[in-house]
Amino acid sequence: MNLKNSEAYKTFINGVWGDHPVFSMVLGICSSLAISNKVENALAMGGGVTFVLIATAVLIAPLRKMIPMRVRMITFMIIIAAFVIIVDKFLKAYVPPISRQLGPYVGLIITNCILMGRAEAFYIQNGTGLSIVDAVANGIGYTYALVIMAAIREVLGFGTFLGFRVMPHWWTNWVIISMAPGAFFLLSVLIWLSRTITKKEPQ
Amino acid sequence: MLHLILLFFAAIFTHNIALTYILGMCPFLSLSRNINVATGMAAAVTFVVTLTAAINWPIYHLVLVPTHSELIYYIVFIIVIAASVQLLEMVMERFFPSLQSSFGIFLPLITVNCIVLAVSLFMILRNYTFLQTIFFSVGSSLGWMLAIVMVAAINEKLELIGDIPKGYKGTAIVMVIAGIIALSFIGFGGMLKIQ
Repeated sequence: MNLKNSEAYKTFINGVWGDHPVFSMVLGICSSLAISNKVENALAMGGGVTFVLIATAVLIAPLRKMIPMRVRMITFMIIIAAFVIIVDKFLKAYVPPISRQLGPYVGLIITNCILMGRAEAFYIQNGTGLSIVDAVANGIGYTYALVIMAAIREVLGFGTFLGFRVMPHWWTNWVIISMAPGAFFLLSVLIWLSRTITKKEPQ
Repeated sequence: MLHLILLFFAAIFTHNIALTYILGMCPFLSLSRNINVATGMAAAVTFVVTLTAAINWPIYHLVLVPTHSELIYYIVFIIVIAASVQLLEMVMERFFPSLQSSFGIFLPLITVNCIVLAVSLFMILRNYTFLQTIFFSVGSSLGWMLAIVMVAAINEKLELIGDIPKGYKGTAIVMVIAGIIALSFIGFGGMLKIQ
C-alpha cells in the first residue's frame, strides 16, 4: 500500500501543515501568545497540550457512539479537565519553576480551542487509530508553532535561548517583543507568512 | 474599600485581561469586526464572568478546601461554568425573551471563552477574598470589553479603506490592531499594583 495515499498520512500532513492549528485555523491563540516568551515554557506547554490531545483522542474516539449528542460538550470538557489536572500535577512535581511561570495558563489548557475543536471535528467522526494520528499531528503542529515564536521572542527579548546566552554582549534586550504587543505583532506576521506560502484565502 | 477600587482599575488598565494576559482571544478575533456584536458579547461575558466567579468562590472555599479535594477544582469549575451558562440560557428564554434575542446567541460560545475560567483561576492563585473576587471579575470583564470594542471600532473603519495585504485580511490585521493598543496600554504599567 502506498504510504502517501493512506488516510493516516493525509491526516498527519493536514495537522502538521495543511490545516495547521495555529497558523491556518487560528485556534489556541491565548496560550500560544501568552506562553511563547521563553522556549522552556513553550516546550512545557506544547508537551502538555500534546499529551492531553492524545489522551482525549484515546478516550473519546472509542466512546464516540456512546456519548449522547446533547451532553457531548460537557463530556469532552470533563475528560479534558481530568487530563489537564494530570499535566498540572506533573509540572508542579517535576519542574516547579516552569509551573510557577505558566501560572493559570496550565489550567487554561481546558479551554484551549484546539482540544475542543479536534474533539468536535475529528474524534467524534473517526476511528481510534486515525484520531491518535490526528492528535499527534496537531500536537506537533502546535508545539513547533510555539517553539518558533518562543525562539524568536526569547533571543530578541532576553538575549538567551533555553536560558543560555546567545546574543553578543553589546546586544540590548528588546523588551517589548517579550511582552504582549510583541506577541501580537509576531503572530500576525507568522500568520501572514504561512497564508502567503500556502495561498490560503482568509475567511 | 480603597484597595478594592484600586484592584478594579488595575484589572481594567494595568492588568487588562485581553491586552496584558492575552486571554479570551478566540471570540476576540472572530467577533471584533462589528461594534454591536462585540458589545453584545462583552456584556454577556461580564455577566457570566461575575456570576461564575461568585459561585466558584464559595464552592472552593466552603466545600473543596474543608474536604481536602482541591485537586479536582478544574473539573468543578468547568462544570459550574457550563451549568450556569446553560441555566442562564434557559432562564433568559423563559423570562426575558428580548434580552435572549439580543445576546443569547453568544451564551453557548462563552463556555469555551478562556477568560471565564481564567478569572476563577486567578482568584485561587492570588487568594482573593469574596469581595475582591467580585471587583476583580467585573474589572477584568470591563477591561476585556474595552479592548474588544476598541479593536472592533478600528476594524470597522479599516474595512472602509480596504487596502490591506491579502494574507493580512481577517485575523492577522486584528492582531496588529490589538498589538498597537496593547503597546499603548503598556503606558499604564506600574501605575497600579495588583497583588
